[in-house]
Amino acid sequence: MASETMKEGKERYKAGVIPYKKMGYWEPDYKVKDTDVLAMFRMTPQTGMDPEEVAAAVAGESSTATWTVVWTDRLTACEMYRAKAYRCDLVPNTGEGTKTEAQYFVYIAYELDLFEGGSIANLTASIIGNVFGMKAVKALRLEDMRIPVAYLKTFQGPATGVIVERERLDKFGRPLLGATTKPKLGLSGRNYGRVVYEALKGGLDFVKDDENINSQPFMHWRDRFLYCMEAVNKASAATGEVKGHYLNVTAGTMEEMYKRAEFAKSLGSVIIMIDLVIGYTAIQSMALWARQNDMILHLHRAGNSTYSRQKNHGMSFRVICKWMRMAGVDHIHAGTVVGKLEGDPLMIRGYYDTLLDTHTPMNLEKGLFFEQDWASLNKCLPVASGGIHAGQMHQLLTYLGDDVVLQFGGGTIGHPQGIQAGAVANRVALEAMVLARNEGRDIWNEGPQILQDAAKWCGPLKAGLDTWKDVSFNYESTDTPDFVPSATSSV
Amino acid sequence: MMTNPGNQITQGQFSFLPPLTDVQITAQIKYALKSGWSLAVEYTDDPHPRNTYWEMFGNPMFDLKDPAGILMEINNCRKTFPNHYIRVMAFSSVRGVESPTMSYIVNRPKTEPGFRLVREEAEGRSIRYTVHSYATEKPEGERY
Repeated sequence: MASETMKEGKERYKAGVIPYKKMGYWEPDYKVKDTDVLAMFRMTPQTGMDPEEVAAAVAGESSTATWTVVWTDRLTACEMYRAKAYRCDLVPNTGEGTKTEAQYFVYIAYELDLFEGGSIANLTASIIGNVFGMKAVKALRLEDMRIPVAYLKTFQGPATGVIVERERLDKFGRPLLGATTKPKLGLSGRNYGRVVYEALKGGLDFVKDDENINSQPFMHWRDRFLYCMEAVNKASAATGEVKGHYLNVTAGTMEEMYKRAEFAKSLGSVIIMIDLVIGYTAIQSMALWARQNDMILHLHRAGNSTYSRQKNHGMSFRVICKWMRMAGVDHIHAGTVVGKLEGDPLMIRGYYDTLLDTHTPMNLEKGLFFEQDWASLNKCLPVASGGIHAGQMHQLLTYLGDDVVLQFGGGTIGHPQGIQAGAVANRVALEAMVLARNEGRDIWNEGPQILQDAAKWCGPLKAGLDTWKDVSFNYESTDTPDFVPSATSSV
Repeated sequence: MMTNPGNQITQGQFSFLPPLTDVQITAQIKYALKSGWSLAVEYTDDPHPRNTYWEMFGNPMFDLKDPAGILMEINNCRKTFPNHYIRVMAFSSVRGVESPTMSYIVNRPKTEPGFRLVREEAEGRSIRYTVHSYATEKPEGERY
């Protein structure tokens, strides 16, 4: 399969329309450079279209091309600036003889100089700027990216990072425990702080604002901050531990967010929070602020499922993880496997590896299509939140490991004996499971027994286990990896 | 007296569990050694949540790979400072970590008075908080 690119020269630049493939956007022989930005798309071409031509169109429209030939290309080193689609594979179990219409994995290489350093906005304006609306594709999904070290080095990365966060909080060798205050809307500042105090005194490390808690008529932001910090400090004195509450500073303008962040800092908070919906540039600005003000920066992935969940269109959450690690957040919600929100175990592990590894090898089972060297960017702590409870502790620890914040909102606040008891149940379950795992026990199989044994001396854990013993969320994942383990068979 | 669940300081990995036996401590030491970490014993009579630097009962034991030997050091520390807080820590020197990886308390004073929250009213409704350790009202070494 040789490149069909037309030779540079007069013929190539005659006014009119020529296929993208011939314009130099399809180069199957291209040798990927270490400095290239690589992207892999799942592409569904319009019926009857040549997939390689559509792949070239994606490369063209995400780099230099427009729909027609322009002579002004000849004023530039245009061959270099053109993105090159270099691989186009039929996705296993799609196309003729299957229930799904043909999809293709398209690999595209971008020259480093196409991008401005340190700007997620610029990177994304190219890669996902225009191409998703092109008529030539029925659907398009950005599955993964390889960011070259040279480009990573232009980003700050996580303001604090997992290692320093643990040192600041004095918490090592176990997952952190959190909870989201519930109900998420309607509590007054005073009532809200009560939940925070009870949960922290009971044994959690963190409590959290929800994504849509900003400054509403029932609770304005200053009231929330003041009452929450009273709760945090009182709980810290009651337990001798560093405690925190993610104060959500999300607001309508940067000016307002800075104001709220400054107030959180003046009250001595160790952590603030933002929502993904504030946008990439705002996130980068808050990450710079957090680095300069010794603040941990928590990101709630509000809104991501509108474009990350469906398999054929949008983008994979693993790409968001990469961008957010570059943008500089310290925490990001990345799935629970066993809870109420979407997540295939291996896919979730892929997100966690992306956030935590110093070097991620290619691993198709986990949906990692590229090897990624993280160039000593700090690690970003994944947060598991949504429908998890103490009875799943062995599964959570097995799937998610130590570097995670386990958020038991309902599982703490909904405890039959009260919020403090809920926190105790979670903390005892966690410590008992970490102890057992370290002792070399098979917690995956012995987990329920380990919990029952602890429940014999811990009443709150017994009550929690009895209440939620049958709760699980067993739905099929919509987003699963498609890969070919060998040349002949598929999964 | 502290009023939190357990009525004790809950720093470290295992403060919500019954006190660890020597057998349990040995199992944790083995886990750390198997992970390639070095162990250290530290003690203090100022358990303030932000008192990072507890006194070292010797340097981290980089070259000691025998769990029984490490347990002996822990017990030596307990004999020397029976009424102090003592914690076992593990350190990883792997790139990307280079930080503590475990920390758990293995000895406590007989009574734990805990902390007072000191509030200083500032401008507006803001309050500056200080966590004050009751024990530090006495000089070092005479606290418990």
